Amino acid sequence: MAIRERLSGNEAVATAMKQINPDVVAAYPITPSTEIPQYFSNFVANGTVSTEFIPVESEHSAMSACIGASAAGGRVMTATSSQGLAYMWEMLNIAAGMRLPIILIDANRAISAPINIHNDHSDSMGARDTGFIQLYCENNQEAYDNTIMAVKIAERAKLPVMVCYDGFITSHSVENILLMEDEEVKNFIGEYTPEEYLLNPDRNISMGPLALQDSFFEFRKQLADAMVESKEIIKEVSSEFAKVTGRNYGLYEKYMLDDAEVGIVILNSSAGTAKDTVDELRAKGVKAGLLKPRAFRPLPYVEITNELKNLKALAIMDKADSINAYSGPLFSEITSAMYTAKLDIPTINYVYGLGGRDVKTDDILTVYEKLLQIASSGKIDQVKHYLNVEE
Amino acid sequence: MSKKFSLAGMITKDGNSLDLKTGDWRIRYPVHLKEKCKHCMLCVVYCPEDCIRHTEDAKLLGMDLQYCKGCGVCAKVCPFDAIEMKSDV
Repeated sequence: MAIRERLSGNEAVATAMKQINPDVVAAYPITPSTEIPQYFSNFVANGTVSTEFIPVESEHSAMSACIGASAAGGRVMTATSSQGLAYMWEMLNIAAGMRLPIILIDANRAISAPINIHNDHSDSMGARDTGFIQLYCENNQEAYDNTIMAVKIAERAKLPVMVCYDGFITSHSVENILLMEDEEVKNFIGEYTPEEYLLNPDRNISMGPLALQDSFFEFRKQLADAMVESKEIIKEVSSEFAKVTGRNYGLYEKYMLDDAEVGIVILNSSAGTAKDTVDELRAKGVKAGLLKPRAFRPLPYVEITNELKNLKALAIMDKADSINAYSGPLFSEITSAMYTAKLDIPTINYVYGLGGRDVKTDDILTVYEKLLQIASSGKIDQVKHYLNVEE
Repeated sequence: MSKKFSLAGMITKDGNSLDLKTGDWRIRYPVHLKEKCKHCMLCVVYCPEDCIRHTEDAKLLGMDLQYCKGCGVCAKVCPFDAIEMKSDV
C-alpha cells in the first residue's frame, strides 16, 4: 500500500535513501541539497539506517570516498549542488570510468560567478559528459521515484547515476507525494551483489589501473557502449517500477504532443509550469504540446526526434547557457539529432531562468506565441533567445 | 564486451608484474663488460626493476632487456666501470 505524505523534494529523496539503506553515504553539505545529508545523518544517529555516514571535508573527497566504498563492494550514495558538483568533477569521471554504480543526488543550482544559490541547470549540464546517467525530475514524486529506480539502473548498467531536480523549486517545496512501503523498496532494489569487489577475501583484484595506448581507447569505448545499453536498462527498470507502484516512466514524457503544431522541449520543474500554459492554449484551440526528457544521459535522440517530427515550429529550452556564441546544450544536442534524422523544422533556442529567475506561465506563453508566428510565417529572425532578461 | 578487455581494466589475476614488459620504455641499454666485472652484486641490489640476472652463487649473467627501463643506475653505481650505457636510438 502506498503511503500518502507531504514532503519537500529533499525530504522525499532523504526518505528514499532511508528506505534504500545504502552501505555508505559520503557527503558535504551545500545549498540547496544540504538537507539531504542533514536528514540522513539524523537517520544514522537514530539507528533508522545501518549506513556508514562519512562527513567528508569537501565534495572532491565525498566522491572519492564514494568511489572507494563502491569499489569495496558497497551500495553508495551522495548528494550535492552547484560548486560542490563542480568540485567533484574530476572524480565523477573516475566513478564512471571505473564503472561504479554510485548514486549522486543533485539539487540543481547555478554555478558562480556571480555567486547565486538558486536554480538553473549549469551544474549538471557541466557534468553531462562525465559518463554519469542523468535523470531529470519535474517534481517531488519524480525525485523520490527516480532515486529508488536509480539504484537498480546503476547496478544493472554498471554506471553511476545522477538524479537532478530543481534547487529550492523542487528541493524545498512541500508537495503531496505517494511513498512506497519500506518492504516494497527493499524488495524492489534487492541486495547488491557485485561480481567483483575489493573486500572479497577470496580474490586479489586491482581496480582502476593504468591503461596506455594499447587499451585506454578500448575501455573508453566500453564506457560509451554501456551508456548506449543503459537506455534499455532504464526502460526495463521503469517498467518493473510501474508494476509495483503504477507510476509509468519512459525515457521522456510527452504532453499533448501527438497532434501538436507548436512544441517545446524543457527539463525539470519548468515542464510543470509549461504544462499549465499548454492547457491554457489548448482551451483556446491552439495545438500546443511539450516534451520533457527524463534521461538526458543517455540521450534518447532517435526517439525524441521521432516525437517532434509533426511540429510546425519547435523551441528547445535551456536552463543553462553554453558560453559558445551559439546555443544552450539541450538545443545543440537535439538539433544535431534532428539534422542526422533529416528532420527539418523551424527550431529556436530559449535560455531561461538562470540563477533562479522566475519562469511563469506567461513567460512560457511568450515562447508559444513566438512559435505560432514562426509556424505561420515559416521564418526565424534569430535562433537564440533569452527569456525574460533585461537588455 | 570482449574477453580481451576486462570491465574498466580491472585486473583479476594477482602476481602479474612479470606481464608488464617495461623494456619498451627504454632509450638506452646497459652492456655488461665481463672482463671488468668483479661480481660484487652492487648493481643487482640497486636495479629498480630487479632485472639483472645472476647465478645462485653470485655470478653476474647480464641484464634482462625485456624489463630494463634503461635508467642507468647500475652503470652509475658500478665501482669497476663494468657496465656501459649505450643508446638504442
